[in-house]
Amino acid sequence: MAHDNSTNGMNNALYKQRQRTNAIGLTLSMTAMVLGLAVLLWILFVLFSNGFKALDWNIFTQSTPAPGTEGGGLANAIVGSLMMVGFAVLVSTPIGVLAGVYLAEYGDTSKTAEVTRFVTDIMLSAPSIVLGLFVYAIAVATVGHFSGWAGSLALSLIAVPVVVRTTENMLRLVPGSLREAAFALGAPRWKVSTLVTLRAARSGVLTGLLLAIARISGETAPLLFTALNNQFYSTDMSGPIANLPVVIYQFALSPYDNWIRLAWGGALLITLSVLVLNIVARVFLREKTPV
Amino acid sequence: MSMESTMDSQMMPSKTGNPNMAAIARRQRWQDVFFHRLTQSFSLLVLVALLGIIASLFINAWPAFYKFGVNFIWRVEWDVVNEEFGAAIAITGTLLSAGIAMLIAVPLAFGIALFLTETCPVWLRRPLGTAIELLAAVPSIIYGMFGLFVFAPLFADYFQMPVQQLIGSMPLIGWLVGGATNGIGILAAGIILAFMVLPFVAAVMRDVFAIVPPILRESAYGLGCTTWEVVRGVVLPYTQKGVIGGVMLGLGRALGETMAVTFVIGNAQRMPSSLFSPGTSIASTLANEFGEAVDFHVATLFALAFLLFVITFVVLAAAKILLMRAERAKGF
Repeated sequence: MAHDNSTNGMNNALYKQRQRTNAIGLTLSMTAMVLGLAVLLWILFVLFSNGFKALDWNIFTQSTPAPGTEGGGLANAIVGSLMMVGFAVLVSTPIGVLAGVYLAEYGDTSKTAEVTRFVTDIMLSAPSIVLGLFVYAIAVATVGHFSGWAGSLALSLIAVPVVVRTTENMLRLVPGSLREAAFALGAPRWKVSTLVTLRAARSGVLTGLLLAIARISGETAPLLFTALNNQFYSTDMSGPIANLPVVIYQFALSPYDNWIRLAWGGALLITLSVLVLNIVARVFLREKTPV
Repeated sequence: MSMESTMDSQMMPSKTGNPNMAAIARRQRWQDVFFHRLTQSFSLLVLVALLGIIASLFINAWPAFYKFGVNFIWRVEWDVVNEEFGAAIAITGTLLSAGIAMLIAVPLAFGIALFLTETCPVWLRRPLGTAIELLAAVPSIIYGMFGLFVFAPLFADYFQMPVQQLIGSMPLIGWLVGGATNGIGILAAGIILAFMVLPFVAAVMRDVFAIVPPILRESAYGLGCTTWEVVRGVVLPYTQKGVIGGVMLGLGRALGETMAVTFVIGNAQRMPSSLFSPGTSIASTLANEFGEAVDFHVATLFALAFLLFVITFVVLAAAKILLMRAERAKGF
């Protein structure tokens, strides 16, 4: 350009200015990253240092102690949590997988499928305490007492959307040629869906289940008014049943040191299992993605 | 489309006159119809659940809405003994804490997403991204415990007290930092909530940034743009809807969060008078009072739950629509 020489000084200043803005922006972004990671590592550090202090064998063998006493463990809460999560998974797996199959197989053309998908995505982030209140209204108030079944139902309400969405996404990853090959052999649609597509996406669907388990095992709010809590060891799902999240909530807000210690132990147990489930799900998916 | 064609091919043998094949084809067709309806009814269960939730919350909340009408939303009152209730205190606490959380979390999440997609060395992208995603999976009660036992005491000593001494007596802004400095209150709840939604929002933003076609980015770099200019001028305009969608998704989570808030907000049924004063959110009111509530009190709590569900539903629906549009723009 002709006027290049005359504006050279200005260009230089502009250039410097742009570089400075860039440097400031990128430094701020890096600071955000460092700050975010620092805070989150801090939280994990606090959790691990307090949690490991509380971990001993008694946690797995003894039930929750009476207020103000020493010792005790979380055995009843661990068993209760496992039972409720287990039943919630048993309920939400068939519902979630079949609904996911519908969305993936018939979902492209149907209006109901579109609405269902939309609602499922919203239910994924719906406030869990409201779901707890809903289950209270239909399964506790009508029966007249709190129960493990109600807790399980509340957890399934949270798990189903997770399973539906991952199942659908994983089924969509299955190459169309597999499906077409099966159709060409004259296989009916239901056989193609269950024996070909679903089988090819097996590990993906399993990943969705693992993520759903991870999601519901830390949920506290929906259990507060459904499963409630139980001071004693109980495997009776038709009555109130102890569970880790609610025990942690009550113990952490109590004035007793021993209870607070156990709350940290329980918090560590929950977080560890959630993180392990997430990592296993990731490794699983990376190794066996059907693409 | 493919359904029609497969059905045709299955019906074909019947024309050739083999009765056995025709029977098989007919049976398979019924099985297919059955399979279609079966899976469809399961997916409709989700819709039924949603309608059930809205209906049952509303029915249980009806006594409260009947007594106070729409005014329930504006009434600044929560008197369990005299049965005078209003949602304004809880709604204010919910909006304030979630608003503060978003003010803190969004810039940080943007920085993190920017770092992960633009400046981070490639070998570090995956581990850092996975770390952020894993942290989004940590149960919210952990954030609550951290807030109460570790964050609140430090926050009182190293933030609230110095800040109150510095600007507490200033006119116009002094009232913002008034009240007791015990580390618990609206601002503390907002900060803890920010920690909780940060990984979530950052992960969504990173995914959204990743849909920008490389060719757009590269042509901007080719013109001599700096990284910052590429982000401001290409990535952000291109992903605008997705970014707003991600932010609203985080907002939806923050509004409905129970455990991270209940531990640190102070649970006081009073209108917050400053950023340090204790308050309550809808979710924490439910967590604290529902267990002991009887009669009319229960109905008002259901009314609060109904309001919370409606608010989060609207926010999440808006987020979803924006994210869907962003996804569609990917094709171009």
